Amino acid sequence: MLETVFSKPEALRDVTTHYCPGCTHGTIHRLIAEVIDELGVRERTVGIAPVGCAVLAYEYFETDFQEASHGRAPAVATGIKRARPDLVVFAYQGDGDLASIGMAEIVHCANRGEKVTVVFVNNAIYGMTGGQMAPTTMPGQVATTCQLGRDVDLAGYPIRVAELLSTLRTPAFVARSSVHNPLMSVNTKEMLRRAFTYQVAGTCFSLVEILSTCPTNWGVPPGEATQWLEKNMLPYYPLGVFKTPESG
Amino acid sequence: MTKKLMKGSEAIGEAAVQAGCHLFFGYPITPQNEIPEYMSMRLPQVGGTFVQAESEVAAINMLYGAAGSGERVMTSSSSPGISLMAEGISYLAGAQLPVVIVNIMRAGPGLGGILPSQSDYFQATKGTAHGDFRLLVLAPWSVQEAADLVQDAFDLADYYRNPVLILGDGLIGQMMEPVEFAENREPVKELAPKDWAATGYTGEHPRAVINSLFLDPEELEQHNYRLKEKFDTIERDELRFETFRTDTEYEVLIVAYGTVARVCSTAIEELAEQGVNVAMVRPISLFPYPYKAIREAAARAKSVLVVELSTGQMIEDVRLALEGEKPIHFLNRVGGMLVSPDEVVVKIREMVDGSSEEVVHA
Repeated sequence: MLETVFSKPEALRDVTTHYCPGCTHGTIHRLIAEVIDELGVRERTVGIAPVGCAVLAYEYFETDFQEASHGRAPAVATGIKRARPDLVVFAYQGDGDLASIGMAEIVHCANRGEKVTVVFVNNAIYGMTGGQMAPTTMPGQVATTCQLGRDVDLAGYPIRVAELLSTLRTPAFVARSSVHNPLMSVNTKEMLRRAFTYQVAGTCFSLVEILSTCPTNWGVPPGEATQWLEKNMLPYYPLGVFKTPESG
Repeated sequence: MTKKLMKGSEAIGEAAVQAGCHLFFGYPITPQNEIPEYMSMRLPQVGGTFVQAESEVAAINMLYGAAGSGERVMTSSSSPGISLMAEGISYLAGAQLPVVIVNIMRAGPGLGGILPSQSDYFQATKGTAHGDFRLLVLAPWSVQEAADLVQDAFDLADYYRNPVLILGDGLIGQMMEPVEFAENREPVKELAPKDWAATGYTGEHPRAVINSLFLDPEELEQHNYRLKEKFDTIERDELRFETFRTDTEYEVLIVAYGTVARVCSTAIEELAEQGVNVAMVRPISLFPYPYKAIREAAARAKSVLVVELSTGQMIEDVRLALEGEKPIHFLNRVGGMLVSPDEVVVKIREMVDGSSEEVVHA
């Protein structure tokens, strides 16, 4: 008798995504879906789509969804979780959405200790709008609104969101991982599993920052995007667990 | 039923609780702080939740999440705070989510002042935010009516799946009056279960996606037409207004709403005693607006007086109602100053003796 060892997660819909070649949003979607399946919470999960490249995430997950306005996913998540604490609520946000226009919402959602999970996809650029500078854009990195490269004297340094949120006193799970190679993708899934598990147990707020690729707007071939991430982003954005509810 | 002396803000909060609203998200701003304060005390007593949001922007998006989960939810604010909520209100209307929003108006523009005003009429009825949508807007003139309208607002919001705005002014929020809450109150609409809410995809309902994004223009056009149909139904079915002394002969018709109409009603009594007959139409719903009622009542008057606490906002709807058939006069105070009954009496006397000039647009 044949045993199925690999299949599409139930929490993913059987559709083609709009993501560009070489983009890792698809990988991250799959990891989230696997975790939702393995925890057996798909039927009580509500996702929140951001404004940005993942705006159509509600087309890709086989769960109920709410589409938030730009940056406000943590506020929408708060509304859902306070209305229905029995639901498993996750917000999916990019770096422009979370770290620029939505910085107040993410900080206060984390600080209130909302029992929700935020998946923060950091690819150091605005994708959907066409490659503008993000708060996470690397020093010297060229973007359509900093065509000579990010000048830290004028635009400051990239914001390290995981580190910033881990300074809050409220118990939380905060980690940064990456999906630039299979090993790190496995690690990312483990971080997501811990994040969702803390929520399901009603323990704390959880956020996983995931370094992701954007070959289209970085201006590199899809096949070289993971190397670009490794070379340019990894040295500045260290991977690891920054805060756990146990560590206080 | 027993009457209880309550501050308007507290009555608004209690009315929401009585209507089954167990969720409130808000941010402090004068002169409506007593509403969130009351809710922060009252909601835990009924197993509900109060969250003091980090901003009005966050608060309105918390409403979005809660309403999308199918629960009754409310926020309150005052003018500048409503401006901050504007984007979120547009999303709520686009995603067809039922919420109740209370605006206790203060004088603007900008930071303005904290005293009563009606300077958000345009914002409430015409230009709340981007996109083609309308709010159902209800304007109380007493604490009791504020309590009644808040309860009705939840039913109307659920029925139409649209935000409902309670538009009061600082007087409504601050004054104390006797209020009673009906026991076993019947909803004003027959309400269907919220099977559209995003509460988990179990297969019992189609997958729920709370959303206002339509990238296909043909789909968005259809969505816009569906919304328009809903607003047309609201215009047809949800008109609310009150008439005063329209059953007798009268020379002047007053059009005023909210607490200003109450000031006018005092002036009308006083003028009647002096032998000057004046009638009034008081719009209670500002969208939909009682154009026909005003046109019909004005047909029997020589002239019309609009009284409001703005430099001239609702007067534009009165002009639309009258289509140039009658001269319109205007009396107002702004900046937090109030119109007194005496000022209304003097203005009406000037209209009667011909010394008041009608409003003319070049």
